[in-house]
Amino acid sequence: MIEKTGVPSAKQIASCFPDKITLKKPKAIIECYKEIPCNPCDTSCPFDAITVPEDINVRPSIDFDKCTGCGICVYHCPGLAISVMQLKDGMVSMKIPYEFTPLPNQGETVNVMNRAGDIITPGTITKVQHTDKMNKTALLHVEIPEAYLYDAITVEVKHGSE
Amino acid sequence: MKTTECLIVGAGPAGMRAAKRLLDVGAEVTLIDRSDMLGGQLTKQTHMFFGSEKQHASKRGIDIMQLMIDEITNHPKLTVINNATVVAMYKDRVVGYVIGEQYHRIQAKAIVLAAGASEKAIPFENNDLPGVYAAGAVQTLMNVYGVKPGHKVLMVGSGNIGLIVTYQLLQADVEVVKLIEAADSIGGYLVHASKIKRLGVDIETNMSVKRAIGKDEVEAAEIWRLDEAWQGIEGTEEIIDCDVICMAVGLAPLTELLQQMGAKIMYVRELGGNVPIIDKDHRTSIERVYACGDMAGIEEASSAMMTGEITGLSAALDLGHAVENYDQEVARLRQELANLRDGPHGEKIRQGLKKLGVLS
Ligand SMILES: Cc1cc2nc3c(=O)[nH]c(=O)nc-3n(C[C@H](O)[C@H](O)[C@H](O)COP(=O)(O)OP(=O)(O)OC[C@H]3O[C@@H](n4cnc5c(N)ncnc54)[C@H](O)[C@@H]3O)c2cc1C
Ligand code: SF4
Ligand code: SF4
Repeated sequence: MIEKTGVPSAKQIASCFPDKITLKKPKAIIECYKEIPCNPCDTSCPFDAITVPEDINVRPSIDFDKCTGCGICVYHCPGLAISVMQLKDGMVSMKIPYEFTPLPNQGETVNVMNRAGDIITPGTITKVQHTDKMNKTALLHVEIPEAYLYDAITVEVKHGSE
Repeated sequence: MKTTECLIVGAGPAGMRAAKRLLDVGAEVTLIDRSDMLGGQLTKQTHMFFGSEKQHASKRGIDIMQLMIDEITNHPKLTVINNATVVAMYKDRVVGYVIGEQYHRIQAKAIVLAAGASEKAIPFENNDLPGVYAAGAVQTLMNVYGVKPGHKVLMVGSGNIGLIVTYQLLQADVEVVKLIEAADSIGGYLVHASKIKRLGVDIETNMSVKRAIGKDEVEAAEIWRLDEAWQGIEGTEEIIDCDVICMAVGLAPLTELLQQMGAKIMYVRELGGNVPIIDKDHRTSIERVYACGDMAGIEEASSAMMTGEITGLSAALDLGHAVENYDQEVARLRQELANLRDGPHGEKIRQGLKKLGVLS
């Protein structure tokens, strides 16, 4: 139970995804399961795809038709609760927020973790986005097999040198 | 004795915002803080903040702090006294503070108290062993001084502070063995909890520390399951290998100075303990003495900024300054505060403020 462990149920996770046809294009998956006073996802989206109403405690909702999968909301969300997923030739291409140093390198193979913190599959870093305007949250592009679409959420942290 | 028009004690978000409002209307302000820098708790907050754009959401705490510092520094009517701890306050608004060994006094026409809060501790055997830390101290070590508190941490408390400090420990490459919580569910935002769980930190509810184990410093912790009455259950003990026990079990407003001054105080559990009795405009029971920020009830930096502004405005008014659009400004701030305090996480604050008789 998420209230006790921090891990959402399969049903909760599924409720954040559009259907697989929609996912042929990259879409933001917002996992913000409980009302908190917060709205940078809404205000950061240049395409007006995310809505948090006047009462900023209401959970964000997304219009997948408007979402281009650009990933801007991903590094603006203070809860690190958003990722972008896309299905491509049997693989998932995901964009995830990452706030650890050292950053992985493009082309590197990393361990991909599920929401319980277990390693589930190796994945390939296809791009690392990290510019000044991203406010110290990097965007990692990771490729994994489609079977892990609903499980993958982050990558294992590399330990820095002392 | 030195004199000032308005003395502000504490240069966190509440104090700095009160200063800004007072300076804006032409008041003369002295800002005093025991630390060597401005910013209060924000000096150690490297994470992105929640809230809405107006409250700088998505910016990092330290960057918000810099914005507030830039707003007031070099103002000709502002005097800043750092490294100065206020130790005494009297009804005639004379305030005593120490710098090093030196005792000083200053008299003010108005005093805004924004001294924040102190961290609570929980009782368990050996809780005075080196290696038992409060979360704020751990955060200061890491984020202000760049020092790791240890190698393996047991975190106690699942409020936002426990969850955030856990994440920051992981960022500093320190292992967090487990996070335990005495209540039956996670206290802080679930997004913060998910953030650490997916990195492998287990969260266990209904658990507390029985004792710290070690001769000269923490070598392990014994934890146990709690029953519904929060009593430890014999036979459920578990030994956790760790060299740090980090307590994030809540904050209590620093009201001693106000008590010393004879201000009316009330115990409100939801606000963190003893809090000054204030009116909607943050006036205490003593004339021209105000309280805001965490000191008036434990909340957040965003709300501290707003209560600081409201306080600055009412002090300005009481000091006889013309405050343009006072009613509209205060109404807008109250509305923003109400928005923040709405929702399930604001429930406690709302109840506390009701008990105090203010729902500003
Ligand atoms: C780990 C952590 C994470 C947090 N995350 C968030 C977040 O994401 N969003 C959010 O909105 N809030 C967050 N907060 C809460 C926020 O930091 C506080 O609510 C806020 O800083 C309170 O502001 P304040 O001005 O009332 O007090 P403080 O920031 O505590 O400032 C009080 C100041 O008073 C000074 N002082 C105290 N006593 C004396 C004395 N006797 N003499 C002189 N000076 C004195 C202190 O040195 C300090 O500078 C977090 C807090 C912590 C600990
Ligand atoms: S991915 Fe881009 S378009 Fe989609 S919701 Fe986020 S910011 Fe908006
Ligand atoms: S920015 Fe993130 S944490 Fe805040 S409401 Fe949006 S999804 Fe939730």
